[in-house]
Amino acid sequence: MKLTLKKKSNYIWELPKNGDMLVPGLVYGNKAIVDHLLADVKEGKEWNALRQIYNVACLPGLQKASLAMPDVHPGYGFCIGGVGAFDTKEGIITVAGVGFDAGCGVRDIATPLKRKDVEPKKKQLAERMFKDIPAGLGIRGKIAISWDQLEEVLTKGAAFPISLGYGKKEDLKFIEQQGKIPGADPENVSETAKKRESKQIGTLGSGNHYMEIQYVDEIFDPVAAKAYGLEKDSVIISMHCGSRALGHQIGTDYLKVLDAASKKYKIPIRERELVCAPFQSEEGQQYFSAVNCALNYGHANRQVLAHLIRGVFTKVFGIDYDSMKMIYEISHNSAKLEKHKVDGKTKELIVHRKGATRAFGPGHPELPAPIKKVGQPVLVGGTMGTCSYILAGTEIAMRDTFGSACHGAGRRMSRHQAKREFRAQELVRKLEKEGIIVKGHGWGGIAEEAPGAYKDVENTIKVMHETGIATKVARMKPMVCIKG
Amino acid sequence: MVFKTYEHQADIGLIGEGSTLAKAFEEGAKAMFSVMSDLKSVKPAKKVAINCAAHDSEALFVEWLNALLAQKDIKNMMFSKFEVKIKDGKLTGAAYGEKMDVKKHKIMVEVKAATYSQLKIWKEKGKFFARCVVDV
Repeated sequence: MKLTLKKKSNYIWELPKNGDMLVPGLVYGNKAIVDHLLADVKEGKEWNALRQIYNVACLPGLQKASLAMPDVHPGYGFCIGGVGAFDTKEGIITVAGVGFDAGCGVRDIATPLKRKDVEPKKKQLAERMFKDIPAGLGIRGKIAISWDQLEEVLTKGAAFPISLGYGKKEDLKFIEQQGKIPGADPENVSETAKKRESKQIGTLGSGNHYMEIQYVDEIFDPVAAKAYGLEKDSVIISMHCGSRALGHQIGTDYLKVLDAASKKYKIPIRERELVCAPFQSEEGQQYFSAVNCALNYGHANRQVLAHLIRGVFTKVFGIDYDSMKMIYEISHNSAKLEKHKVDGKTKELIVHRKGATRAFGPGHPELPAPIKKVGQPVLVGGTMGTCSYILAGTEIAMRDTFGSACHGAGRRMSRHQAKREFRAQELVRKLEKEGIIVKGHGWGGIAEEAPGAYKDVENTIKVMHETGIATKVARMKPMVCIKG
Repeated sequence: MVFKTYEHQADIGLIGEGSTLAKAFEEGAKAMFSVMSDLKSVKPAKKVAINCAAHDSEALFVEWLNALLAQKDIKNMMFSKFEVKIKDGKLTGAAYGEKMDVKKHKIMVEVKAATYSQLKIWKEKGKFFARCVVDV
């Protein structure tokens, strides 16, 4: 196993095919990002992202390359920022390529407000959000759904809370796959997973999850910005959360199922965390169905949260509920059936994105009319004190990365190190001086998610923009942030 | 008997150490719950029985930790004391704690799952060690 990188361009590096690799690895990154990866190898760190890119390249049925987006850092099995597209006939499906929070994603909503309208009421807004948006470990949601209703959430996704009055039908148009993933059979979700769900719908969770109020700081692409409903200084809502304990349990349950399947089907895996099953096998299909259920739960969860935050805005600013329109919603932990061109032929693939976002280009049939011409919005979450971006998916992404781009800044520091280096209360005071109000349900969590614990998001975005994988549309800066 | 948590770039690793494998599992559980709360503040008032099985001790360690996470959510409790017995790949154990109280237990960050990442069980100088990374 040789973990070296060959420069293909300023922003694309190849891990040449060697050893057991079936295809090469490709890293999207500038010198700083790549140096970080190589340093981990040089220091002899047992767990490093390059090794994970190598390991994924050895899995059966992987197409073209084992890909890493510029927010790459070590994960479990797959690196974070990892994309792996497998042939549906010869390939596999793995928990490692989806993660323990299947369906984790970002939803952005536009408001009719400008920065100057929100500025004087920021504190009041933060207080209201803190009360009305359930977040943090151990916090229960404001609505309880019955056992039968949970089954409907798992099959119908975001449409189900809308049928109960939590949102508007038009919202669905601007959610990836309209917020309803087909092939989701609740039979494939364990009773433990369903029991763990108890009153968690409409809750943020903890860790790096948040609800943030941002203003549009800069527009880079006026045509796309207009199509997405973004104007300079306009205020938007951005939320990042996932499928909660139900999704975590699905990951846990199938880790065990796939562990047995790897042995049963004699799949050569290099690390235990890469346990997998042939996509067409019974176990593979069951896991795929469970992932679809988790994705639907994630969409439904954010739908309920969207309803709650719209309620906050109507209370604090007296604006109309219907005036807050969807920008878009994406999932960045997923495995999806998609058609892509490989060696000139269109193939059906199971595309794993572990901390990576779909970035479908202009004209893609899955995009709704108002944004079809400009490509899919790629929502990239920043950190509390920095900024977030909205990019647009491109034809180049369709050609080179199975329509995928980055999902965030990417961690640079471990949570332990972040806790040592940043004191939460000091951090909150510092951010407040900069005009950003942060309220968290756990101080430890705030320190762990400090902006300095992440790589510079600008670096990540530059790589995506310069390679043409996803181009810059707008940059947002935070005003109020509620952390889990 | 000791437990500790260690650095893993995106997540947190934990190690349980004990005179037997079962004790190492108990310490591993303490390590995991110390990530989520202040263990000292959680009264071991109520007992929840945990039974699980796996075909090797590594998988059993992950299974045990994940069974605890599931019970934490299902019963809405925090745990601070653990008991484990292992026989023929089967674990019979218990977790002691009380109803979750965000303020009292100084709740920090949520552990989503115990993973196979860096999963290892080993014996050194007569002591057992159990290690894995948890996803937060």
